[in-house]
Amino acid sequence: MSERRVVVTDCPGGPLLVRGADEVVGVDGSTARVERAVVAVCRCGRSDRMPWCDDSHRDRRRKTKP
Amino acid sequence: MRLPAPCGPLSEGVVETLRARPAGPHAVPEPRAMGDVTYPLTDRDFQLALWILYELHYRGFEDVEDPGAEWDPLLMVSRAALERTFEHAVRRLVGEASQDAPALADLGDTPAAQVTAALVRMTARSGPSEVAQFLHRRATREEFRAYLAERAVYHLRESDPQSFVLPRIGGAAKVALAELQYDEYGGGRPDRLHQALFARALASLDLPTDLAPYVERATGATLASVNLMSLFALNRRLRGAAMGHLAAFEATSSLPCERILRGARRLDLPEAVQDYYDEHVEADAVHEQLAIRGICAALVEDEPDLAPDVVLGATACLAVDGLAGEVLLDGWHGRRDARAAG
Ligand code: FES
Ligand SMILES: [Fe+2]
Ligand SMILES: [Fe+2]
Repeated sequence: MSERRVVVTDCPGGPLLVRGADEVVGVDGSTARVERAVVAVCRCGRSDRMPWCDDSHRDRRRKTKP
Repeated sequence: MRLPAPCGPLSEGVVETLRARPAGPHAVPEPRAMGDVTYPLTDRDFQLALWILYELHYRGFEDVEDPGAEWDPLLMVSRAALERTFEHAVRRLVGEASQDAPALADLGDTPAAQVTAALVRMTARSGPSEVAQFLHRRATREEFRAYLAERAVYHLRESDPQSFVLPRIGGAAKVALAELQYDEYGGGRPDRLHQALFARALASLDLPTDLAPYVERATGATLASVNLMSLFALNRRLRGAAMGHLAAFEATSSLPCERILRGARRLDLPEAVQDYYDEHVEADAVHEQLAIRGICAALVEDEPDLAPDVVLGATACLAVDGLAGEVLLDGWHGRRDARAAG
């Protein structure tokens, strides 16, 4: 058996991918249980589903179209 | 599933051939003047014929007696003929869609950096699709049901095409694809299989959960969007396109799913419908990163020659799915206009 490892992968401009974690603790002390093998943790602060990335980091463009 | 009702000479040829007794060689369906097909991407007869031939590689048809139909040499010839025409049309559409796309070489120093930048760039939209906005704010319950019914051809087989690519790639890209597919296939829990989540959403709205009735009603463009994945996944030479397609699909899913979820809440649709879209907001935010960085970047690091194909597949996904979305919107608006006029 290999030892258990938690691995965090940087996705520039987007979330952190986390493998092997059990829970994510927010600044307010609330814990979110990890329910899938890989999770995306929001880093941009814009997600409506903190601590998880909901792709809102893509939404930052608003200067389009008159 | 039983063979769907054909809707023109091409699908008739395929269905008749498959119904024939399993004795002796099959006839290649009259390639009807394949010349009659002016625009294969929305031609329902054309796409249905191809869909039926592809289905032999998935779950097949209970009323096809010949267990060898899947690899019948003459049916393979038919499939190849349809695929040639289809691929040609896809490449043309992609050519038009990528006219002002930057050259890959200008996007980074390595194939992996180039492909990553290209995929991020082409999937960065200024907002959710018109279809998602319509479902979010305007769709009636009936229109929402019709949307699920139209998409069933895709979602009831969600992720199956991409599984054919696993043995065709190696190393880190293979590992990342397996990781993504594990999530699509429920992460070890049969009740979380995405196909099953969608079937439950259909059932909660009193819609059938088997594929057959949906295939018979799906537009040519919807069948094309599904056939596109099989074209890429069942031809090893197009494995790069298959993975580019997957990346573009996943990267343009989370935000629309959030809109559709809000539409489902607005209409107070059953929990099972909301659950499907709720799961996909979160899952596809992960899958997007896995597909772009884990799969596509690793794939072209391994096989740099595949970089243009990855971009081709992604562009094709957006263009062909966009076409299917337009057909859907036209249908909704057309019916609304007709009601208003009547
Ligand atoms: S990083 Fe994706 S929503 Fe914040
Ligand atoms: Fe899914
Ligand atoms: Fe996904």
